[in-house]
This record gives sequence, structure tokens and C-alpha cells, in this order.
Amino acid sequence: MNVRHLEPRGRMLLTAFVGLILTILPLPQWLAILRPAFLVLTVLYWSIGAPRAGGLALGFASGLTLDVFRGAVLGQHALALTTITYVAVREHQKIRSKPAPQQMLIVLALLIVYEFILFAIDGWSGHPMTSPLRWVHAATGALVWPLATALLERTHTPR
Amino acid sequence: MPGFAAGAYRPSPGRGTSPGFRFTLYAILAVLLMFIDQRRGWLTDVRYVLNGAAYPLQLAVSSPSEAWRWLQATFATRAALEAENAQLVSEQRALEMRSQRFEALARENGELRGLRDALPAVADHWMVAEVVEVELDSPRRRVLIDRGARNGVFKNQVVMDAHGLLGQTMRVGPWSAEVILITDPEHAVPVEIERTGVRTIAVGTGESQALALPYLPANADVKPGDLLLTSGLGGVFPQGYPVARITEVRHDTVQPSAQIRARPLGELDRMHEVMLVWFKNDHPAAPTPTATAASVNKDLPSGDPAYQPQPVPPPPSKPAKSTALAAKPTPPAQAGTGP
Repeated sequence: MNVRHLEPRGRMLLTAFVGLILTILPLPQWLAILRPAFLVLTVLYWSIGAPRAGGLALGFASGLTLDVFRGAVLGQHALALTTITYVAVREHQKIRSKPAPQQMLIVLALLIVYEFILFAIDGWSGHPMTSPLRWVHAATGALVWPLATALLERTHTPR
Repeated sequence: MPGFAAGAYRPSPGRGTSPGFRFTLYAILAVLLMFIDQRRGWLTDVRYVLNGAAYPLQLAVSSPSEAWRWLQATFATRAALEAENAQLVSEQRALEMRSQRFEALARENGELRGLRDALPAVADHWMVAEVVEVELDSPRRRVLIDRGARNGVFKNQVVMDAHGLLGQTMRVGPWSAEVILITDPEHAVPVEIERTGVRTIAVGTGESQALALPYLPANADVKPGDLLLTSGLGGVFPQGYPVARITEVRHDTVQPSAQIRARPLGELDRMHEVMLVWFKNDHPAAPTPTATAASVNKDLPSGDPAYQPQPVPPPPSKPAKSTALAAKPTPPAQAGTGP
């Protein structure tokens, strides 16, 4: 299942845009808490799969977008997302070669790191948010990871 | 991830630097951004523009549910409309009955206060805004409304519905504004219990229909059914508007304070239309610092004598020591986990 398209940039931006839409789509409260961070998953996918095409710039830009749409301190999501993007880019070959269950665990760890950075900055900037519900999306994000990668692969693998 | 072959992508020009170096750059940039946005507030204009830029997408995302509501309204049956009409007529009759003696009572109140005439209403004018159905930050309780600075909306403006207080505006864009609801865990409303006049603070719990009153002592005179009104302290909300009704009072022997929950009167869980209210600043029931909250924000940090505690306050001019933002961070243990 080799990639023949060598220019995933357009697709990358398109999928990131879809991820953003899924992130801000209105949902009932309980569903919104379960909702995985789709944009973060998309960025992770591309940083593992195509580390040179998007990489840190994609992570940073998506993070800033999230800051604007979530009404957070400018730079908060950008820092968190750049950090886990960096880990993903650095270790992309190792992560890529792992079977799905281990990939899910790695994604879970990355998402927890991401949320922890957000949590720390929330506290630092005087908007503490200690509800345990904020961590839920890390688990659901890891759970949907195989599905998300399967879907994202379809965007650039000709069938 | 089997979809990629290693080295399938050619390195793009200008990307010769190592990821570690670029990560450091981006991280420093992000931290700098946070610093100047948070501590210096230099990015207010940038945020204003960004909020404006984000609004079309937010509007587009909310359009399906908007369209669904429009469809429902368009194809409402005659019977449903008639029922609604009948209900509205009876509600209006009830309201008129209740307000019949309002003029006389207002004059009487003015005379009791030693004024020559009745006080005008504290609400100067208001504007209806619609809620844009879009996700902001899920464990927090925030909504986006479709009115912004172009419509005269300002920061920390009071947002209500016909039943009671809903919240206040937080970040105002050109055509939209973020509203922090009173149930947000970060939000706190200075309230007084209508029956006893006891003043306290109602903080949000993060649930859609519950406030907590963590700062009342265990022996406070409060019981289920008591009405909570805004107390006028804190500089955002004017005095005397209904906020919530006490639903639960629990005395825990180990806790020094009573565990009190209240249910907001405003329909926070299914609101589509809200009202932005402008208040008269020189009215006695106006929010305590009689400037607009936005300018108070600037004035507060200094030791301005006008904001120091004053002796014998005529009703609303109590010490405005609390920040102009009624939404102050609350101790999480008390705010987040009610009984």
C-alpha cells in the first residue's frame, strides 16, 4: 500500500479543515465531551505519515486556529500541538512501524501530554478548569485513531 | 501506519534546519504570544480581527441547525400556532395584571427613598441576539452570539433572557461575541437571597442547570425555594435581577459551609435568543462602579480612592473591591464539585 501521490499538501490542508469543522460542529453537551480532538488527530496523522510535508508548521498553524475558535489565550493550543507534533515528527518511523494497538497507546500518551499542557496553561493564565471531563477526549481520540487513519489514508491512496 | 513509505517525500527547500531547532523557535513564539496576549493585552486588536475572520466559518457550521429551526418554524401546524398564541395571550394577561400597580409602586418607592419622583427603570435599552450554534470549549459553558462590536456590544455586557440572568460577554468580535454563562465553572455572580438579604456569591458548576453557593456558613438562613437576585456588587450586573432558585441545602457535619445548589431561572440549556442589555450608569441599582465595566477594568489595579471601602453605603455603593470581572477564578474544589 505504497503512496503514489507525493504532494499531500493540498490534501493535508483539506483534511485539517475538515478536522476543524468536526471540532467546532455543535453537539449536545455529553457528546461534545466525548468528541475526539479531530484536528489534533489529523495533524498527528500527517506528522507521522508525512513529517516533511507539514511538520511543525502545520502543528503550529492548527494550534493557533484552535486558539481563535476556542477563545483561548493566543498560543496555548499552538504550544501544546507543536510539542506533540514535534514528538510525532521525531519518532515518526518508530510510531509508523508499530501495530495498531501500540499506536493507539502512543496516541493516547500524546493526547494526554497535549491536554496536560493546555491544563497547565489554563492554570497559569488564570482560567483554571479542573473538571475531569476535559481528559475524556484523549481516550476517545485514541479509540478512534485506527478508524481515523484508515479514513485519512483514503484521501491520498488511490483505490 | 502502512500508508507511507519512508522517504517518499522530497524535502522542501528552506527546510534544512533540524526539527529540534524549529520546535524551539515555534515554542518560543507560542510562549511570547501567550505572554503578550495575556499579560500585556497588546493583541486585543489582533484578536478582534481574528474573531471577525473566524465568524463566517462559525456561521456556516451553525447553519444546518439554523436551517432546521427555520424549517420547523415555517411548517409549524396551524394547531401548534394557535396553541402558542393562546399561551402567549394568557401569559401577557398575567403580566399585565402583575404590572398594573407597577407605576404606583415605583412612585411610592421613589418617595420612600426620599426622591421627588419615581426612578426610571435601570435597563436603558436592550437588543435581541441569536445564539450561533457552534462549539467553543466543551467542559466550559460558553456560547457565541451573532452581535458584536459593530452593534455596540461591549465587554462584560449583561446577557439575559425573559426569565433571568444568563451571563456576560467575554470577548467581543466585530460581528459576534463570546458569552460566558453563569454556569461556567469560572463564572461567579454576586447575589443576595431575596428573603433574607444575605449576600453571597453563586458560582457555576459546569453543569447546564446548576449553580453552587460555596461561601455560605453552615448556619446561614437559606432553604430550598429561596430566590437569588443579583446584588449589584462586582461591577457587572445591576441590582435586583433574578438569577436562580435554591434547589438543595445540605449540611455536612465535616464541612464548615453548607452545600447549597441552585437552579438558574434563565433557560440556559435551550436558549436560541438572548437579550443584551444596556443599563443606566447613574441609576442607584446600576452595577456598583458607575463606569462601564470596560473602563473599570483599566482603572481597577491602581489604589484609586473611589474604589476603596466607604463608610455607610447608600444601597448599591458598597466597596467595589472585587474585580470588575464578576467571573473570577474560583477555588476549583468548591466550584467544580458540588454535593
